[in-house]
Amino acid sequence: MFEAPLLAAAGLIIIGLFAVLFKTNLIKIAIGVTLIESGVNLFLITTGYRKGAVAPIYTLAPEGQQMVLPTPQALTLTAIVIGFATTALLLSLAVALYKHHGTLDARKIRRLRG
Amino acid sequence: MKPPFGSIILDAAFRLMIPFILLFAVYVLVHGHYSPGGGFQAGVLFAVSVILVRLVHGRDAAWGVSRKGAVILACLGTFIFGGIGLLTVIFGGNVLDYGALPLGPHEAEVRAMGTLGIEIGVTIAVMGVILTIFYAMIGKED
Amino acid sequence: MTEHTPALIVLVPLVSALLLPILALVSKVLARGWTLVALLGTHAGSVSTLIYVLANGRWHYYLGGWAPPWGIEYVLDPLGAGMATLVSFLALLVAFYSGPYLKDAAPLKTGSFYALFLLVTAGLLGMVVTGDVFNLFVFLEISALATYGLVAMGGHRATVAAFRYLIVGTIGATFYLLGIGYLYAVTGTLNMADLAERIMPLLNSQAVVVAVALILAGFGIKMALFPLHGWLPDTYAYAPAPVTTFISAVMGKVAIYVLYRVFYFILGGTGPVLPALTVLGWAGAVGILAGSLMAIAQRDFWRMLAYSSIAQMGYIAVGLSLGNMMGITGALLHILNHAVVKGGLFMVAGGVFWRTGIRDIPSFIQMSRRMPMSMAVFVAAALSMIGIPPTVGFFSKWYLVLASIEASAWPFVIVIVVSSLLNAVYFFRIIENSYLRFRTAEEDEVAVGGTELPATMLVPMVVLGVAVFMLGVLSGEVVTNIISFALPWGTQ
Repeated sequence: MFEAPLLAAAGLIIIGLFAVLFKTNLIKIAIGVTLIESGVNLFLITTGYRKGAVAPIYTLAPEGQQMVLPTPQALTLTAIVIGFATTALLLSLAVALYKHHGTLDARKIRRLRG
Repeated sequence: MKPPFGSIILDAAFRLMIPFILLFAVYVLVHGHYSPGGGFQAGVLFAVSVILVRLVHGRDAAWGVSRKGAVILACLGTFIFGGIGLLTVIFGGNVLDYGALPLGPHEAEVRAMGTLGIEIGVTIAVMGVILTIFYAMIGKED
Repeated sequence: MTEHTPALIVLVPLVSALLLPILALVSKVLARGWTLVALLGTHAGSVSTLIYVLANGRWHYYLGGWAPPWGIEYVLDPLGAGMATLVSFLALLVAFYSGPYLKDAAPLKTGSFYALFLLVTAGLLGMVVTGDVFNLFVFLEISALATYGLVAMGGHRATVAAFRYLIVGTIGATFYLLGIGYLYAVTGTLNMADLAERIMPLLNSQAVVVAVALILAGFGIKMALFPLHGWLPDTYAYAPAPVTTFISAVMGKVAIYVLYRVFYFILGGTGPVLPALTVLGWAGAVGILAGSLMAIAQRDFWRMLAYSSIAQMGYIAVGLSLGNMMGITGALLHILNHAVVKGGLFMVAGGVFWRTGIRDIPSFIQMSRRMPMSMAVFVAAALSMIGIPPTVGFFSKWYLVLASIEASAWPFVIVIVVSSLLNAVYFFRIIENSYLRFRTAEEDEVAVGGTELPATMLVPMVVLGVAVFMLGVLSGEVVTNIISFALPWGTQ
């Protein structure tokens, strides 16, 4: 079942897009964005997967054992850190909006306008 | 911040936990190049210990990092990273070429030392950033 | 040190940005001075690199001494170095301009403003000098995250705009990351030069088609290509004026630079790129008309400029999509034109708002008396937007029209000509209000005269206003000496 992770990634991205497009609660929108990022990260890590291979730490790998590709893992780590920054900023903005408007409903905030 | 919600149980539990969290953070930091871990995770652990103190003891926590201190830590940590990167230029290598640092005869060893320096910078920066976020979330509107 | 210039033009603003919050706690003047010095150094570095690569060809720099395709390399070619020069020049001007805006701000706010501003600059410079598609994503996010923070500094409405921009922008960046993932999955490399080589036999595979579509969608959002432009008007209208000036002048340009780099330099402008270019061209053409019409409908000066930006990005998209030499030359010249012109226009808009609190177009009556220099800059920039001959706007549109005729793309010719008329309509409203209309008796009671902006705001504006004419007169030289080396065919 090599396709399972890819299907999961696609599922995560679609659920995330759905949340971003159709939810009105700011926190749920933030969750949607995080889900999209997770889906992409899962996809990236899958591109480096090899069946039965070990983690790509050169000094610890047993002799002759295949290792998974290290590059996608580095990419994913970087993407996770960037995603962390994005999520933190999203939530901080949501907190700021909640403090000012007293609601997390995007429709109400748009109607209040200021 | 609201009054602390500390009780005897919380107080005792966190006193027990903090030293281990700090120790584990240092382990994760220095062991980062051989095993999973590294500066980012260590920074999160350090920040968690400070946040725990703030959560349990509130404003009158005996130790911690102030809001301004957190910003300065974040800048300082990232500055260590950039500084080491630029230091390598002064010693004749390319940017971030740790092999050029004059720390010893073996290039691999010097590279590892350079990476450790970078990791320390990352740790301090991540700790500062997470604390800044924490203070921004609990703080009043300014 | 000179051999490290490619890395230093990114690292100097990056490291300075991190020092600034600390410096600002010591002294605000020190923070501002340091920002200006850092940006001046960055600009000098970019210019010297541009001169070097024009004379000696491409300049490769291996970060950490690791050779590609294992390490990350910075590649400066005339295109990248030219973009870096443009970005650093505008960053310097905007940093200079933003002084009066922050006069009353708290030290920590001043520090974070300049720090975020330098981070945006570093991110954009990193995007144009890097030779690695993933490194480009990292710099994209650095500049984007700093921009969201800067936008949110504009108050409560700006926070709403920033939240929306953040969600849309993150999704755009994620699409790009997914696109890179597909390219990596089929080629196994992230280095641009390596990728260009290995992708050639695989051009028509499904993965590459998907990757092209994702990258187009991702950067379509970032550059506010027509149906994906929803985030732009609110963001531009509510962000602080220096921020709006900078992001309207260069952020979209860097996004379209990436599309140009990926489509023409990595994928060679063939195969799945051709349908993508068609989509880009038609979206651009519809965007030109829709943006211009929406701009006419606005009462708010800032919003009008924001919609006009959507239209101008459409011109660049049309130029790129034509794919002939004329078209790309026109697109690159239009990038230069729009960066200078829209920077100048938003500086005027910000200055007028800062001094008088006026944003409504009808309130601009007699503005030319109150701020003669600013309005003169406005007129120069407006002439270039419409495309009146001695300005650079005329020449870029001229190239675009010629390119459309050469490619027999008649609808594009009509769109460009019609939209020039529409531009004239919405810019002339303001010229008319500020120069030709007179106050009624009761309006005259408001104080008139002596309210010109301080020199720190005026100087960058005038520089841009003069640049509009200088670039127009020298456009032939710019095209033969710089832009012709930035085309995808030959010249190495």
